[in-house]
Amino acid sequence: MEVLQQFIPPIPTLEQQIFLGIALLTIIGSFLVVLAPNLFHSALGLVAAFFGAAGVYFIAEAEFVGVSQILVYVGAIATLITFAIMLTRGMMFGITSPRNRQSGTAAIVVSLTFVVLVALLNAVPWPQVGEPVGDGEAIIAGLGAAFVGEYMIPFELLAILLLVALAGAIMLARDRK
Amino acid sequence: MVPLTWYLTLSAFVFSAGLFASLARRNAIAVLMGIELMLNAANINLVAFWRYGATPGANIDGQVFALFVIAVAAAEVAVGLALIISVYRNRKTVNLDDTTLLRG
Repeated sequence: MEVLQQFIPPIPTLEQQIFLGIALLTIIGSFLVVLAPNLFHSALGLVAAFFGAAGVYFIAEAEFVGVSQILVYVGAIATLITFAIMLTRGMMFGITSPRNRQSGTAAIVVSLTFVVLVALLNAVPWPQVGEPVGDGEAIIAGLGAAFVGEYMIPFELLAILLLVALAGAIMLARDRK
Repeated sequence: MVPLTWYLTLSAFVFSAGLFASLARRNAIAVLMGIELMLNAANINLVAFWRYGATPGANIDGQVFALFVIAVAAAEVAVGLALIISVYRNRKTVNLDDTTLLRG
């Protein structure tokens, strides 16, 4: 009996069941991004994958990162990508295959990457149980203090990077006529 | 408690999907979507390793890094989409097989 018990996985707890559901959402979204012939379906899959990643952050008790993920990725990046699809549609629809000639080779390389990654991460003896996080509000306060304290220079550099990138994006996308 | 390997397996899958999208998709916007997926996979790893670190309540570097990655991804996607729109305006295509102006 005890020998058999080794091979039967333990029944997942409620938290693990929720994680599995969110992971399924993320995986379906990623598949849509990769395989959907229509780019709009890809964009919808991307939104699903973003929401799934946000759910993973919530389960890992990183609530602030999860909210930032929804705000920035779903709110801004997904909208921007949808706009770009609508601005550049036209001859891309219905004429060519969504994948290029090297897709067979790419599929092999990517499958090998995934298999190697999973084999590697199953070979390492990770800690089984994380320490308790404690007060969530203290973590958010700590993030704020870290951004103006220990990480002040990267934070300011990031502000400059965002400014330059957005100004450059406007310059690039502007109609010169 | 969700095991760390589950997070890492999910992250490995999302990374592989993003890699395939950026290697094999024909449309430049789909390639950009693949890059976003890969950045998300890295973020899942950062948050998961923060959660399983020695003192997740006191040492929040993993979350700080994840937030930096989110901000850099926002800048990257803005410039990328502006480039794609610029290419589309000049060459009337976003098909990467057709944009071979810089091929040596």
